[in-house]
Amino acid sequence: MGIAESILLTIATAATPLLIAALGELVVERSGVLNLGVEGMMVMGAVCGFAGAALTGSAWLGVVAGILAGAVFSLLFAFLTLSIATNQVATGLSLTILGLGLSGMIGESFVGSAGLRLPSLHLPGLSDIPLVGKLLFGQDPIFYMSIALTAGVIWFLFRTRTGLTLRSIGDNHSSAHALGIPVIRYRYLAVMFGGACAGLAGAHLSLVYTPQWVENMTAGRGWIALALVVFASWRPLRVLAGAYLFGAVTIGQLHAQALGLGIPSQLLSSLPYLATVVVLVLISRNRRLTMMNTPASLGRAFVPDR
Amino acid sequence: MKRIAIGLAAALAASLSIVPAMAQEKIKACFLYVGSKTDGGWTQAHDIGRQMVDKELGDKVETSFLENVAEGPDAERAIERFARSGCAIVFTTSFGFMDQTVAVAAKFPDVKFEHATGYKTAPNLTTYNSRFYEGRYIIGQIAAKMSKTGVAGYIASFPIPEVVQGINSFILGAQSVNPDFKLKVVWVNTWFDAGKEADAAKALIDQGVDIITQHTDSTGPMQVAEERGIHAFGQAFDQIQAGPKSQLTAIEDTWGPYYVKRINAVLDGSWKGGESSWDGLKDGILSMAAYTNMPDDVKKMAEETQAKIESGELKPFTGPITKQDGSEWLKAGESADDGTLLGLNFYVKGVDDKLPQ
Amino acid sequence: MRIELVKRPQQSALFSALSPFIALALTLVAGAVMFSLLGKSPVDGIYYYFIDPLREQWSLEALTVKAAPLILIAVGLAVCYSSNNWNIGAEGQFVIGGITGSILPVLVPQFQGPLLLPLMLVMGAIGGALYAAIPALLKTRFNTNEILTSLMLVYVAQLFLDWLVRGAWRDPGGNNFPRTVTFGPDAVLPKILPSQDTANLGIVFALLAAVIVWFLMGRTLKGFEVRVLGASPRAGRFAGFSASKMVFFAFMLSGALAGLAGISEVSGAIGYLQPTISPGYGFTAIIVAFLGRLNPLGIIAAGLILGLTYLGGEAAQISLGLSDKVVRVFQGLLLFFVLGCDTLIHYRVRLAGFGASKAARGV
Repeated sequence: MGIAESILLTIATAATPLLIAALGELVVERSGVLNLGVEGMMVMGAVCGFAGAALTGSAWLGVVAGILAGAVFSLLFAFLTLSIATNQVATGLSLTILGLGLSGMIGESFVGSAGLRLPSLHLPGLSDIPLVGKLLFGQDPIFYMSIALTAGVIWFLFRTRTGLTLRSIGDNHSSAHALGIPVIRYRYLAVMFGGACAGLAGAHLSLVYTPQWVENMTAGRGWIALALVVFASWRPLRVLAGAYLFGAVTIGQLHAQALGLGIPSQLLSSLPYLATVVVLVLISRNRRLTMMNTPASLGRAFVPDR
Repeated sequence: MKRIAIGLAAALAASLSIVPAMAQEKIKACFLYVGSKTDGGWTQAHDIGRQMVDKELGDKVETSFLENVAEGPDAERAIERFARSGCAIVFTTSFGFMDQTVAVAAKFPDVKFEHATGYKTAPNLTTYNSRFYEGRYIIGQIAAKMSKTGVAGYIASFPIPEVVQGINSFILGAQSVNPDFKLKVVWVNTWFDAGKEADAAKALIDQGVDIITQHTDSTGPMQVAEERGIHAFGQAFDQIQAGPKSQLTAIEDTWGPYYVKRINAVLDGSWKGGESSWDGLKDGILSMAAYTNMPDDVKKMAEETQAKIESGELKPFTGPITKQDGSEWLKAGESADDGTLLGLNFYVKGVDDKLPQ
Repeated sequence: MRIELVKRPQQSALFSALSPFIALALTLVAGAVMFSLLGKSPVDGIYYYFIDPLREQWSLEALTVKAAPLILIAVGLAVCYSSNNWNIGAEGQFVIGGITGSILPVLVPQFQGPLLLPLMLVMGAIGGALYAAIPALLKTRFNTNEILTSLMLVYVAQLFLDWLVRGAWRDPGGNNFPRTVTFGPDAVLPKILPSQDTANLGIVFALLAAVIVWFLMGRTLKGFEVRVLGASPRAGRFAGFSASKMVFFAFMLSGALAGLAGISEVSGAIGYLQPTISPGYGFTAIIVAFLGRLNPLGIIAAGLILGLTYLGGEAAQISLGLSDKVVRVFQGLLLFFVLGCDTLIHYRVRLAGFGASKAARGV
């Protein structure tokens, strides 16, 4: 395995959980809901994924457990913000606090136990092609899911009627409601999709990235996923690019160090956030672009009037 | 209701205390942790030490702890809570608790405090530390024997003296076997982030190292080593579970004997403040996990080195040693004093990195 | 839809008064259930959480130290949120305030005297205000979503502090440990009274800020402007209020208070700069602001209650051996109940659609 190939593989592994969680949040935000609880749902996915795998002996069942955990946990958020119209920012933050605590409680008995690794794909012949073989045909299954998910979200949002409806809700929930669209039901499903994605991203951490459970193992990746959605100005392909860019900066920074180049690591680490602010400014300057992409009713509570 | 109950209990206790020759009361030993007690690294090692106190002195001592305490005002409040809740001795187990321990110690002259890895003492405050670097010398030697590329990778947390000592000691050990041995260092700026540590391990391996060691606390790098089929050393803990084919040995933090010794000193009245203790392999404050996955001659060499360090015959920082910039640090036969080591802020020759300043 | 909300024509005074108590009662019930499940006596658990920390003076003083930054930040956020400006970057403004306020004691340690502390506090507040002005500027000039820019700037601030204390500002005599020199005596925020144990002036600042903002919001034209623009920007424009000036006012006021909280924390409770100076105060304060229902006086109570759960959590850890994860779960539950119950103030809840029995089971 050459160094270039192996660096690319490392970047793909680092980018995959960010990509998945960000895609989920993208759909949520496109529906006009801002869920700041990604970190909490992700860490719940990580612990339940690990526990599921440890208890059943199957890493695949662990993945399912992680997805379910994220989706179920997000229902709490959905119920509060959608059914009883609480403030989304405060509720999302509370969800993260609760998730970090709850995952610690659930995981207490799993700390230090050996994890199961989701086996990587291996296609004899194909996986051994130099340079691209492992990259294309030899990675973990969740990597392929993340790519399929990107394509799926693009197709859903921009090619299906339901996707169009979802976006119209995000842009103006009142007129969508006036047209007879069940706003709350759509948003419930979007939030659950976001939760499931965050859960899957968490399961990737505890079953592929570093197959183990440790408290707070998401280490802020949920917040990065949130940043990515904005960085990508709510476009799935740009989320993909952003996640890989972010992975590349993270990994490149480590390589720069191993090579003995003396660049302050904090400067490199802050680049993605600064870039996000710049991108935000650039897209919001152009009113047409903003109107096209930013869900206009993002973060605003919706209560159907009678 | 509760208050009345407490009042009653206090009255009861007061009336009882008049009665002479009462059974000896248990003393309380309290531990402040910066991480979770099941972090699989630094804090868990301390907690295992605390459990050893429970086991060995359980009839005379009662222990309690607070975990995940942030460095700063939260720590100060937690230490004060310990002091007020009747702890006879308080162990604060993170460098960042230093000033808070000093502040509370000044307020409670009758409570004894011990602060790990710091450098400020008081009449009722001692510091304690472990010569982790002694173990690093041994694993450096093993690395030089086992490596084919002649380059090892070191995943480091923060450029504090303790970590710099470890890096230097590792390369000195390695060079005692192979004078041309090289070391690549990656700073991850965290003590604990399994993902980031694993990424650092991958980066190092991709750049041609075939053996990795770490001064961070998760098993992330060990898992990567196992997956990529190279060797690695465990940190703070025996990590053989994460790397059954990879782990050569591990430097284990074994605080238990020290805690038992110090609490016994409190019990028999011989505890003295104002001191700094810096124990090593011979005192049992650190120990080496089983030497595995290596040929017998390497294992024999490691065991001999360990015996020499324990007997005091071998001191890792003994000249001739040249600094990274080529100037002389220690003349032949000269050993570094503890003061210099505790403030160590330069590399010796052979480290392929610029120390972050 | 199984649950239906009907907006009340005006806020329900009854539920305004009742909702915190309902939430507290629900939390106590949930807490009791949780403690029982963990094999602990629910009475003991609740006692250690809510009563034990209030029994001793030192612990009450520790409570003020914990609550002061939360109240100070939340009061500023209340103005922001009331005017419909979503500043969620108070954590970053807190950090920047801690940094700018520390410029003098770190870079000019020989400068001492009675002027030092006031200068530090002012510089901290200015630093926080200027940092908060960035999302305000971006919002007014470029129409950029302030929730997201202010959040991004939190990370930048944290990394900047990290870089400072590991590099340029590191204590040269500190053995390479990532922290600055310890502040001189004149740079330390004094105790309220010399006899005090830990309670410093931070809580006084917090209470003053709360009262001033309460007066500002309730009794002045500015407060009226905030509320009008918050409720309906269009109505505000007709009334001749400038929405973009309000964005700057709200952001810079809350940034200044967060910055003041930052430097008060650094100078009063820590005594030097280190890589992390806040255990998430800026985010927790968002919750405090909502717990206090964006009313400065309510925020005082909310800050104290939230501070209490931290202290009580420690007491429960030591006395009952409850793990600190339980503490966070408990906090999360409290917040959910409070947020949920506050809905009753603005809405009447009706169970509809598939009938009540199904609704009770639903979701």
